[in-house]
Amino acid sequence: MTTAALRDLVTRSPEQADQQPFLEVVDLKVHFSTDDGLVKSVDGLSFAVDRGRTLGIVGESGSGKSVTSLAIMGLHSRPTSEKSRPGAQLSGEIFLDGEELLSKTPEYVRGLRGKRMAMIFQDPLSAMNPYYPVGKQIVEAYRIHNPVTTKAARKHAIDLLGRVGIPEPSRRIDAYPHQFSGGMRQRAMIAMALSCDPELLIADEPTTALDVTVQAQILDLIRDLQREFNSSVILITHDLGVVAELADDVLVMYAGRAMEYGSAEQLFNRPAHPYTWGLLGSIPRFDRNRSERLLAIKGTPPSLIHVPPGCPFHPRCAYAGRNSGRSEEERPELVPVEPGHTVACHLSRVEREQIWEHEIARRL
Amino acid sequence: MIAVEALVKHFPIRAGILRRQVAAVQAVDGVSFAVGKGETFSIVGESGCGKSTTARLLTRLLEPTAGKITFEGRDITHISDTAMRPLRRDVQMIFQDPYSSLNPRHTVGKIVGAPFRLQGVSPEGGVKKAVQDLLAAVGLNPEHYNRYPHEFSGGQRQRIGIARTLALRPRLIVADEPVSALDVSIQAQIINLLEDLQGEFDLTYVFIAHDLSVVRYVSDRVAVMYLGKIVELADADGLYRAPMHPYTVALMSAVPVPDTRRRNERERILLSGDVPSPISPPPACRFHTRCWKAQEICRTKEPPLAELLPGRFVACHFPENLPEQAPSSASARDQR
Repeated sequence: MTTAALRDLVTRSPEQADQQPFLEVVDLKVHFSTDDGLVKSVDGLSFAVDRGRTLGIVGESGSGKSVTSLAIMGLHSRPTSEKSRPGAQLSGEIFLDGEELLSKTPEYVRGLRGKRMAMIFQDPLSAMNPYYPVGKQIVEAYRIHNPVTTKAARKHAIDLLGRVGIPEPSRRIDAYPHQFSGGMRQRAMIAMALSCDPELLIADEPTTALDVTVQAQILDLIRDLQREFNSSVILITHDLGVVAELADDVLVMYAGRAMEYGSAEQLFNRPAHPYTWGLLGSIPRFDRNRSERLLAIKGTPPSLIHVPPGCPFHPRCAYAGRNSGRSEEERPELVPVEPGHTVACHLSRVEREQIWEHEIARRL
Repeated sequence: MIAVEALVKHFPIRAGILRRQVAAVQAVDGVSFAVGKGETFSIVGESGCGKSTTARLLTRLLEPTAGKITFEGRDITHISDTAMRPLRRDVQMIFQDPYSSLNPRHTVGKIVGAPFRLQGVSPEGGVKKAVQDLLAAVGLNPEHYNRYPHEFSGGQRQRIGIARTLALRPRLIVADEPVSALDVSIQAQIINLLEDLQGEFDLTYVFIAHDLSVVRYVSDRVAVMYLGKIVELADADGLYRAPMHPYTVALMSAVPVPDTRRRNERERILLSGDVPSPISPPPACRFHTRCWKAQEICRTKEPPLAELLPGRFVACHFPENLPEQAPSSASARDQR
C-alpha cells in the first residue's frame, strides 16, 4: 500500500480529513537482531493522532505497543555503522506535525523530546533519577529547552507541581522521588513531562502500578491537562476500562501489528476483529451480575521471533478455518469497516456481521 | 471451614542501639470473619490494607500478634510448626508472582511432586503418575514433566503453581492475587480453570485481590479492607449493587469500566489525599481523614463492624444505601 493510501486509510473522521494529523505513523517496523533470531517487535504499523485527541493503544505483553512509543520518541539506539553494536532497525515514516523524524539525526530528535513530545512511564521510580530532588529534575528539563534563569525555572516547577495536585509544592519541590507515594510520584513525572508544554504526550501504562482510587485521580488529571493544553495524548495500556474512559480513538495491537483501529465508540460497540472480541469477552464485568463463563482466548501470545505466517492471530482464532487457508498464508491488510474504522482480518464483511450478531454481541 | 476472630498482626519497628521497639506497622488490626465449606470468600482492598498479611496469617506462614484462627474447629493460632505441618495438606496457597514462586532449578515434575515427598505421601501408582495427572488437570501437557519453569509462559507457570497446590487434595486454597501478573486473555483462562477445579476437587477458596471486576466475578462473599480493618462484608451481588461503606462506594466509583456510554454519566468520588500510614493510623474510624461524610463522632468513636442488614456488615456511623434512605446518586449505577 502506498504511503498516501495508508494515510487516507488511517484518517480518523471526515471532519478531520482536511486537517493534517499531528502525529502520523506510516508502515513502522522495529526489528531487533538477537542471537536467537530477528525479533520483529513492530512489523508494519500505521496510525494517526489528531491535535487535542487521545489515542489508546491496547495490547498485551509483546504486542509492540511500548516499542512503538519509544520509536516515536526516538529512544531506540540505532546502529550508526556496520561496526557498531547491534540495536534497533527502524523503517517506515513518523511524521510529527508534518515533519518526518526517522530520517533526522538523533541530535535533532533530542531537541524535540521534552519540547514537542514527552513521555511518562509506568514506573516513576525507575524513570526518575533517584539522586536528585524532583524539582531539580524538572528545572533541568525546562532549562534545556528554555533560556531562563534557575530561579524562573524553579518558580515554573513549583507552579507545575501545584497544577498536578501535589500539596505544598514549594516544600515538596526539594524532595527526592522515593519520598513521594506512588500516586504523587506519578504526578511529579507528569509535571516533568509537561514542563515544556509538549504538543504530544505519550503515557505508557501510567496507572498500572497504582491503586484504583489513585488511578482515577491520575486519569482525571491527564484528561484535564489535555484539555487545558490542547495536547495530543497516546495512552498505552492493557486495561480496556481505562481506554473506554479516556480514549477518543483506539488501536488494538497484536504481535507488532494493528488488528483494529477506530474510535472508542466504534470499537466498544461494534468491534470487528476476533482478537478484540476475545479481549472484550475475557474481562470480567464490574458493572454486571455474573452471568456466563468468561470467553477466554485459547493459547498464548506468539514469540516475536517466530511470528505465525499469514495472520499472526490465526493459531488462536476460532474463525481462522473459514478462510480456506488464507489466514495461514496471507497477511491481512487493514480494510474499512465503516468510516474511520478499519480492521486487519480475512473474514468477509458478511461473515463478520453474522458471527457478531449470532455469537458475540449477546455475550458482550 | 476456617474462621478468624479479632485477628491482629503488628510488625515491630526497631530502632536504636538496643533495637528497642519504637513503633509497629499495624498491618492487620482486629479482623474477624468465617469462611464456609465450598465458598469463595474474597478480601479486597488497596495496597497496604492488610489483605496479603491476612492471607499469610490464614495459612500460618505468619503467627498472629493477637486474636484467634480456627480451622475446622481446631484452634491453630499459636500451634508449632510441627503441629501445623500435617495441616498443610489441607490448607494451601497460590502466590501472585508466577516467576518467583517456582524454583528455577527444579523441573516441573520435581516442583509439583514436592508436596508428596515433604509430607511423606505415596500416591497410588507412584508420584510421577500423580504429577502427570495433576498437570493434565490444570491444562498442561503431562509430557512436560522434565521441563524447567523458564521454558513456560507466565500463565503456564501459574498453572504449575496451581498443580502443586492441588497435589495433596487440600480443602482450602488461599489465592493471593493469582491473576494480577497475567495478561488479560490469560487471566480469563486461569479464572475459568480455578472455577472448574473448585467443582472437581471440592475446594473452598479465599481469594485476595485488588481488581474489583475479578472479585465480583468469582466471589460468593466479599470483605473490603482498609488500613488493617474490615470496613464492609457482604455477599458479592449485594455489595456491588448497593455498597454501604463510603470507602467501598468510592472504590467502586473509581473502577474504569469498558463501556464508552458511561464516560460522561459517571459521577466519580475522588478521595482526598493518600492512604495514611499503617504505623500511625487515624484514631477512631480510620477512614475519617478521607471521608466526605466525616463528622465529630467519626474522629472520636470507632464504628464497630455491625450487621445492618441480614448478611451485610458495615463499620460506619453514616453508611450509604440503607433501605430507608434514597439510594445515593454515587451508587445508582446501571443494575444489569
